[in-house]
Amino acid sequence: MTTDVSKQGATPRPSMRQRIRNSDVWWSFTHSKSAIVAAVILAVLVLAAVFAPLIAPQNPYDAAQLDMWKAELPPMWEQGGEWPYLLGTDTQGRDMLSAILYGTRISIVIGLASVALSLVIGMTAGLCAGFFGGYIDNILMRLGDITLSIPTILIAILVSTVVRQLLPADLREIGAAAVLVLAIALSSWVQYARTVRAQTIVERSKEYVQAARLLKVPSRRILAYHILPNTLTPVLVAATLNFGMAILTEATLSFLGIGMPPGQPSLGTLIRIGNQFLFSGSWWIVLFPVIQLCLLVVVVNILGDWLRDVLNPKLR
Amino acid sequence: MTAMLAQKTHALRVEGLVKTFDVSAPWLNRLVERKPRQHLQAVNDISFEVPLGGCLSLVGESGCGKSTVARLVTGLYSANSGKMQFASGPDGKTLSAQMIFQDPYASLNPRWRVKNIIAEPIRELKLRKSAAEIDERVVELLKTVGLSASDGQKFPHEFSGGQRQRISIARALASEPRFLVCDEPTSALDVSVQAQVLNLMRRLQDEFGLTYLFISHDMSVVRHMSDRIAVMYLGRIVEEGDTEELFARPRHPYTQLLLQTIPNIEKPQRDRITAGGEVPSPFKPPSGCPFHPRCPSATARCSAELPKVRTLASGTRVACHLVQED
Repeated sequence: MTTDVSKQGATPRPSMRQRIRNSDVWWSFTHSKSAIVAAVILAVLVLAAVFAPLIAPQNPYDAAQLDMWKAELPPMWEQGGEWPYLLGTDTQGRDMLSAILYGTRISIVIGLASVALSLVIGMTAGLCAGFFGGYIDNILMRLGDITLSIPTILIAILVSTVVRQLLPADLREIGAAAVLVLAIALSSWVQYARTVRAQTIVERSKEYVQAARLLKVPSRRILAYHILPNTLTPVLVAATLNFGMAILTEATLSFLGIGMPPGQPSLGTLIRIGNQFLFSGSWWIVLFPVIQLCLLVVVVNILGDWLRDVLNPKLR
Repeated sequence: MTAMLAQKTHALRVEGLVKTFDVSAPWLNRLVERKPRQHLQAVNDISFEVPLGGCLSLVGESGCGKSTVARLVTGLYSANSGKMQFASGPDGKTLSAQMIFQDPYASLNPRWRVKNIIAEPIRELKLRKSAAEIDERVVELLKTVGLSASDGQKFPHEFSGGQRQRISIARALASEPRFLVCDEPTSALDVSVQAQVLNLMRRLQDEFGLTYLFISHDMSVVRHMSDRIAVMYLGRIVEEGDTEELFARPRHPYTQLLLQTIPNIEKPQRDRITAGGEVPSPFKPPSGCPFHPRCPSATARCSAELPKVRTLASGTRVACHLVQED
């Protein structure tokens, strides 16, 4: 009796696209104005950042393209503004629009990478702590408590300073982004660890896990295939909200001068540079990066809040 | 089944099984509040035999240790002391137990398709080689429990409680077991669905020669299913006997009380002896016979001395000072 299971059903299974269009999440998305607006703005920001080399009038990393004669030009619509320097230039003659587009790119990449790394650290710790319990649980969670007792930004400063000192001098410039990712991840993994641990303890005692244990399925596979997928929903929400936080932490570190170097500026670096010229009248050097950063973080947070409401069964 | 019983072969023999849980507060709390360690005697010196191809039922109120016995037998818990001996099957290997769980909503992983849930034991135990063979076996199992092949594509939340319990049974059967532990498999279901699931389980027993250890608090369900019944109270077996013998002549006062709880369709308004009180706390079990605080005919001896288990001429084993051989 070799028959294809999928062909015996009376009704064909809906395709992936149909399933998405029929889902609660899609329905809620199309009925939430703020979510749609936020998603559109985020899409524009991300696309502009991704295609920065095609859009930007100038490559801000290429010192040869910088023209000192064009330094501190105001935005186009102000007196003295010049095409193609739409948002003006900084003291190096760097086009602000190009710098912002490339800076957003760096901010988004560092935000994504640090969320991904802290997800890996936090979920592994949470799964192990919740599943194995006992002293493993104690050690991991006390480590988490210690991490939480120190302000996030202090941990990030500590990590990035220590790692920077350990790196050889010629790698410091190149490794700046990696150091930032590590610093942000090490200061924000606890939230995931706690969420996943709590969920793991709930799932561990459920009968489908016991059924798998009866079959002597190794713990590693029970964790990966049974427990992990059932802990993902709250983690997904936390990760979205933390993506905004990670971008802000990165900007803060760069603003404090221990983040991205001025040679490859992120939004935070741009704000730090611009800050010095705020009172000399060159307000555009600091204002536009600030607007971009706020927009990015607010939009991500709106989407995160919306996702949390949708995926929380208690709020329906 | 009765023929098999006559041969006195057993699928599982359990002797002197004891399980204590450490339910102490964390050590810091114990230190601060000066509380001692606390232990819970869930299963206390239990012995029974499950007849091969038959069904032994464990009955009793909530918290009497039935489910703990189920988890001890399947190996989910390890016993503190006592012996468990499975007979060897026709292939010479020792039997091992699979389990059907109580809650049809928690016993299936909500993120897995039904075909994968049923295929898991086949894959884990490597009972079939190719993917096609596994698919074929899954369809066969779905049909065995009265579901259709296309149901394999669905997720558990698309099914009703009774259908989920069928999926649970199919998964248990997938490992080709000879011995099934059923922990209140019908108590979460409607009465009409209960009957369907119970009849399915009986049919499968005859078809595959399964042995059941059946756990329930529902005396009518137990009567339908079992060859022998063991009545548990506070972690001990107080009476064990053949089903019909136990229903016709219950010896232990607690068994008599349990039988009173079965609704009678002919005499719905009959007078019943109602026992006051609740099951005593297993943290502080009463002295002597554990049932004496609730027993209508308890004597001074009952509160002083733990009654020994005696085997009567009818084959019934009972632990009560007041039961006389007749």
